[in-house]
Amino acid sequence: MVIGRNQAEAVTAFNRFGLGARPGDLEAAAADPRGFLLEELWAANAALIHDPAPPSGLMAFEAYYLDQQQQRARRMKAAMAPPRVAAMPAAAQVALSMAPAVTASGATSTAPSEDKPAKPEPPKPPAEQVLFRAEAEARMRKQLQARVGFVERLVAFWSNHFAVSVAKSNELRVATGPFEREAIRPNILGKFSALLRAAESHPAIILYLDNQNSIGPDAAPGKFAGRGLNENLAREILELHTLGVGSGYTQADVTELARVLTGWSVAGPDSEAGQPGAFLFKPNWHEPGPRKLLGKTYAENGVDQGRAALDDLARHPATARHIATKLARHFVADNPPADLVDALARKFIDSDGDLAVVASTLVSDDRAWSAKPTKIRTPFEFVIGAARVTSFQPKDANLYLQSLNALGMPLWQPGGPNGFSDMSDAWASAEGMKARLDLSSSMAQRMRTADPLATLNAGLGATVSAETRQAVERAESREQAVALLFMAPEFQRR
Amino acid sequence: MRSRAGVSSARRAQPRPESFAARDSSPCQRTPQARDPRLVVIILRGALDGLSAAPPIGDPDYADLHGDLAFAASGDRAALPLDGYFFAHPALGAFKRLYDKRQAAVVHAVATGYRDRSHFDGQDVLESGYPSPGRTESGWLNRALSALPASRAGASHGLGVGAIAPLVIRGPAPALGWAPPGGVAPASGDLAQRVLDLYNHADPALGQKLGEALMAEKVAAEAPGTAAAKTPHPGGPVEAMRVAAAGAARLIAAPDGPRIAALAYDGFDTHFNEGAAQGYLAQRLQGLDAAFDALETNLGDAWKDTVVAAITEFGRTARVNGTHGTDHGTATVALLAGGALAGGRIIADWPSLKPASLYEGRDLYPTMDLRGVLKGLLADQFGLSQKTLAGAIFPDSGAIAPMKGLVA
Repeated sequence: MVIGRNQAEAVTAFNRFGLGARPGDLEAAAADPRGFLLEELWAANAALIHDPAPPSGLMAFEAYYLDQQQQRARRMKAAMAPPRVAAMPAAAQVALSMAPAVTASGATSTAPSEDKPAKPEPPKPPAEQVLFRAEAEARMRKQLQARVGFVERLVAFWSNHFAVSVAKSNELRVATGPFEREAIRPNILGKFSALLRAAESHPAIILYLDNQNSIGPDAAPGKFAGRGLNENLAREILELHTLGVGSGYTQADVTELARVLTGWSVAGPDSEAGQPGAFLFKPNWHEPGPRKLLGKTYAENGVDQGRAALDDLARHPATARHIATKLARHFVADNPPADLVDALARKFIDSDGDLAVVASTLVSDDRAWSAKPTKIRTPFEFVIGAARVTSFQPKDANLYLQSLNALGMPLWQPGGPNGFSDMSDAWASAEGMKARLDLSSSMAQRMRTADPLATLNAGLGATVSAETRQAVERAESREQAVALLFMAPEFQRR
Repeated sequence: MRSRAGVSSARRAQPRPESFAARDSSPCQRTPQARDPRLVVIILRGALDGLSAAPPIGDPDYADLHGDLAFAASGDRAALPLDGYFFAHPALGAFKRLYDKRQAAVVHAVATGYRDRSHFDGQDVLESGYPSPGRTESGWLNRALSALPASRAGASHGLGVGAIAPLVIRGPAPALGWAPPGGVAPASGDLAQRVLDLYNHADPALGQKLGEALMAEKVAAEAPGTAAAKTPHPGGPVEAMRVAAAGAARLIAAPDGPRIAALAYDGFDTHFNEGAAQGYLAQRLQGLDAAFDALETNLGDAWKDTVVAAITEFGRTARVNGTHGTDHGTATVALLAGGALAGGRIIADWPSLKPASLYEGRDLYPTMDLRGVLKGLLADQFGLSQKTLAGAIFPDSGAIAPMKGLVA
């Protein structure tokens, strides 16, 4: 039964570690499921999005600031122009103008209907929204096209580890896509110290955790009366990004790290010191002097004082344990085997935080494969998995974004800096399962397949239970069969 | 081979009453010379039991075959009388009202050309208009849109209702999409039950969670003071069906709105506890009935130019199965309605339910091809030629003549 076991391992490879099998994927991976994962891990630049890529973070900020300027100009013009009276359209016309067109594929689009020339031009969507949607689409396409999706899962894991939220401000809506593309993706298969430095110095993190306004109390005495330290970024670095809560750091360490990081800021639209929207170290905001953090003293060295502190935090044993626990919890089980966590933490330390080595250790460990599939796919894994198994070709990111909203995992919009939960109970709640049911029904209308049973086999292979197979077989329509496939325990769990 | 002739059948289409001709010059019509025809196609997914939707109570074999699902002409299992031989399911009150106004008709013992019993393939054939499954790139209603004369092309674009348009209206011709508001539409009760059943067997932990949510939703829907509590059947799915139809009606009633619309309702796959006057199928039919009612109400003046056709992929077994339901069958009904319909009649070449008359000894025998009905509606409403109907719209259907006289 070697073939049977390998197919089951192939399903685990795609569901536990990847983004779900597309038709043909299980056969391709069955010969060596673990090797299949490692191949993706070691492929050059597997995590990068290029060709086409959305505008760089700097270009995005440029477009955003320009749009802001134009909006201000329009508002001023409108304020000075006489009011215009528009005819009230009939209710049905309003409904029609909001109704998207149906294309041959059955997908809806918002292309204006051609026989209504007199309609006023709809207002242009604001730049931050256009940029956000372009980033969302690039991410979605990368996830749909990934060979296994292990690297994309790592991207999402790290993006959630360094959580920021687009809901905080327009600037965050502009910066978050570039944050994942320019700070997370290039570093998730390198050293953790490089990832940490890239993340903490990215405008998205600095703006999300309020460090752009943190000023050293003694930086320029008298100049910034009433303003001072903001500990937010420093606290989250220690609590969430590196050591982990309860690992022994003190409030004094938090405050000291906050002082170290004063001056870490973002160039504003009118900045003369840096390109608008870029990381900017403001030396005159930086608290001068040596700082003592976790018992070690860091000499005054401007921006490099912070870099040195981050480098040490990245190599701290508590950080290794924190990351190892989170990785094992994300991929294997809510309460992962302690010896697996130990092995990952040890490898983290031994490799100087080489994240590709740690990831390959995870997928080379029997314990990561033999654990029962007790975890439930997160909403993003579920939605992408559904699209992959049905070879769905979305023409934009609308369905992706709507689905993630409906399932309580709106893209780059966690409730707080601790990111979205990685515990199954958070997602397999009563209302969560009802939302999945409704969404499955709705997705099945779009994600069509000629033969749902063949799709079931292609996605889940030999792991499908007789009950699931029967439920799909006996569905009253192809759409219902696909919805049942999406809701099947084997599809939901990993 | 059985004879399909049967012109003399008592159940054959009756000649249309003369009084209908007067409608065209009724004073409420602003431009008598310019009819503005509309067509609404409702796909009923899951295979509707035609013998329950329009029970042939006059057929002596019906009561035995349909067992505990059978209706009677009177008493506590009474159905709504149509022509004295055929009746309507008691949930179809609005349909019966329209029938009495000669604005509804039942086509019985009708089927597509598909003779196997797979829902998926059957729906493909029903909606694509091709003689066999596997052609899902466009639907016959969409190809009808493409074939409309240029003079109509502007005003006659299509409308697909639902998060995704049904296949019947998909294809190269442009169609608007509209879905009832409210984020992700709730899954049907049938799908929910199937998932719950699966979980209870295969994953009780997930089943418990989903069960809790469904129960909470049910309680909320039945809470006193809500609109749902005022109706004998709690609102949810019936209301959803009504809302979809009402929205479609408002859109196609608009002066420059679409003229051809397609909706799909699911949940007609009644293998288990189909029910009779009450129960599962009754609820689905109540929703369909609400849709007819909502179309009439919301189309307003445009109702007089409208025909609605509710069609399904195939019928169900004449006999009741071992779980108080019916299994996949062959012939069934098509329910027609609309102010433009020459209604008030049963259109059937009734094969009878004698054991020897059943298709493969189990199903209502198909004596009429659904394509003939649909071609007749398209010809009468939009003036499409027989050649176009037998070519682009229903390929390889030259032998099936468009039914005449469907539109008043």
